[in-house]
Amino acid sequence: MSGTYLGLPSFPDAAHTSTHDTQLRANLTHATHTIRTKRATAINELPDWPQLRTAGAAIKDHTLHHLDHYLLQLETAVTNAGGTVHWATDADEANRITTHIIHTTGETEVVKVKSMATQETGLNEALHTAGIHAYETDLAELIVQLAHDKPSHILVPAIHKNRTEIRDIFHNEMAHWGRPAPDHLTDNPTDLAEAARLHLREKFLRTKIGISGANFMIAETGTLVVVESEGNGRMCLTLPDTLISIVGIEKIIPTFQDLEVFLQTLPRSSTAERMNPYTTMWTGTTTHDGPKNFHLILLDNGRTDTLADTTGRQALRCIRCSACLNVCPVYERAGGHAYGSPYPGPIGAILTPQLRGTTTPLDASLPYASTLCGACYDVCPVAINIPEILVHLRERVVQGGPVTVRGTRTTIKPAKGHAAERAAMRAGRWTLDHPTAWSATQRMAGATRRLHPRRLPLPGPAKAWSDARDLPEVPAQGFRAWWQQREKDTQRGKGEQK
Amino acid sequence: MTEDNSSRTEILRRIRAALTDVPDAPDERPILRDYAVVHAERTPEQSTDLLAEHLSDYRAHVHRCTAADLPRTIAELLTAHGSRSAVVPPALPNGWLRDAADIEITVGGDDLGTHELDRIDSVVTGCALAIAETGTIVLDASPDQGRRRITLVPDHHVCVVRVPEQVVDSVPQALPRLDPVRPLTWISGPSATSDIELDRVEGVHGPRTLDVVLVSGAEPPVSGSAPDSVPDSVPGSV
Repeated sequence: MSGTYLGLPSFPDAAHTSTHDTQLRANLTHATHTIRTKRATAINELPDWPQLRTAGAAIKDHTLHHLDHYLLQLETAVTNAGGTVHWATDADEANRITTHIIHTTGETEVVKVKSMATQETGLNEALHTAGIHAYETDLAELIVQLAHDKPSHILVPAIHKNRTEIRDIFHNEMAHWGRPAPDHLTDNPTDLAEAARLHLREKFLRTKIGISGANFMIAETGTLVVVESEGNGRMCLTLPDTLISIVGIEKIIPTFQDLEVFLQTLPRSSTAERMNPYTTMWTGTTTHDGPKNFHLILLDNGRTDTLADTTGRQALRCIRCSACLNVCPVYERAGGHAYGSPYPGPIGAILTPQLRGTTTPLDASLPYASTLCGACYDVCPVAINIPEILVHLRERVVQGGPVTVRGTRTTIKPAKGHAAERAAMRAGRWTLDHPTAWSATQRMAGATRRLHPRRLPLPGPAKAWSDARDLPEVPAQGFRAWWQQREKDTQRGKGEQK
Repeated sequence: MTEDNSSRTEILRRIRAALTDVPDAPDERPILRDYAVVHAERTPEQSTDLLAEHLSDYRAHVHRCTAADLPRTIAELLTAHGSRSAVVPPALPNGWLRDAADIEITVGGDDLGTHELDRIDSVVTGCALAIAETGTIVLDASPDQGRRRITLVPDHHVCVVRVPEQVVDSVPQALPRLDPVRPLTWISGPSATSDIELDRVEGVHGPRTLDVVLVSGAEPPVSGSAPDSVPDSVPGSV
């Protein structure tokens, strides 16, 4: 994935800071709880939700299992419809292709629909280096871009900002990018949206190149689908002369009919609506309607490595609805930035270490950014077993083992910094394998219980773990000892009766 | 680009290497589709009522009239919005704008630049179909709907749905009636955002006002030809 997020602190360090930010926590708690409640209502309208969920998972799995077949079918369909298909193995290649296409047109400005794929490739930064201005046009993405910040949520990227903060950002920054914010701008959401409308409209009307991702690509017809709310997507997808769509290869589905599942599950799961306000579908180019030139860039960037992992590949089913973020107790407290990736929350905790590998401290820490409570699995509209993958990735971090890196099978060593955990686990296993040692350990723990501290003052890297956890109170007796005692007492009781 | 070709080969190689545990050809086993095609039994009238209710939920303004009353209804909606100009698709059915005499009408709008289109107040179109369970109208660039840009840039969209013929109950019922290779725009309420503290605000970039007219007893428009083959002049009615 991109260099943009590299060098960020590991999850525990970042979360340590963010959990002390009371404003952030208040913004997040309000947002996640609101959307969580609304989502449940929207889903209760569909009694066949479990069947839709199973079908969605099955369609995605089937597609992933025959990904080469469907990508080739898509390529033919898009080409026949007048589009041009490019393939990019990684972020740099996708950015190079995009830059090249834009240079060919002679333009220096592009308007962008919110896109996770281009967040992932760090496209805006790459374009900036090439002298091209990329304007984010989703309201939340605009807020984040004007604030020189990073998105913190898949669906509502500026969820960590409240209205007053947004007003200040508009007031201070809009003039540097184009039309300034109106004088005396209030922090009323309606006024803020109006300011964004005016600021962005001049860009929509003059810009010749649009850049998007896609929610779905339909193999049989070559149709691309973008779902959105604001209309900025429609603007970017239909007004420019040239449209460049950068899409992860996992976003493909076989048939137009398959949309009947995802157009029911995605809006209800993400924004808790029966349907999102706007959906645009286009197939190649159409004379006199929409862009004259259409380029589709199919992005790998770690997806094939993820596909090679038979447990982890189910993460590629993800349709980016963000329901898992909104129910996650860890996300709610730590916020999206702590995950150090465009993909925060539970899905980020399994997707990022698979797309990027687990070599950095940040990526190695992500599988631990969870309580394994399973709420994310319950809400997932394509039934990704996130806890299962988290545990699988923890094992990879601690023990190392076979993985695929850029298409090559290799064996990785355990991640650094997990030596203490490995040692503890080994000791634990030995103790559990030796009953005498186990009961001796229990006896000792019981006998010294009054001396136990409330917290374990561990030194070094383990401090991060022990600092956040109270020690459980040890009972006076272990279960085995208690049982033996009870048996003895019972026998004695029987003896006395006789 | 040669770079593309080698990357294409490499990505396909990686995919095939990643899937050694999966049988070669796409299996013939169909996906189990035991979900509901529709979520309730409804009469055509009930479906229309549900469409109206769900469109209103997401702040579209819903109006009902007969075919005879349609020109007057459209004229009133344009006046109520304060519009002085409107763009219409090349084959808006005869007479829909008969009563909008004081509105400056542009037909097709293909030759308009984006800035010129931006100065037009309203757009009046038909639709391909409407979905009751989700409160959605679908445009497919047919001659009575026009290019995507004309329903996007003006601030006010009047969309006419012929009821009950154009109403389906559900998304699974809608898709077989649509042609995926036409440019499709699905609209569920006007433009909206919830990006600021999850407060829903209508109207960011698309039309901020969506008037949906449910008209009964209307004749279907001229249709069946692709948008590209449609002449840019309108049959003399508007």
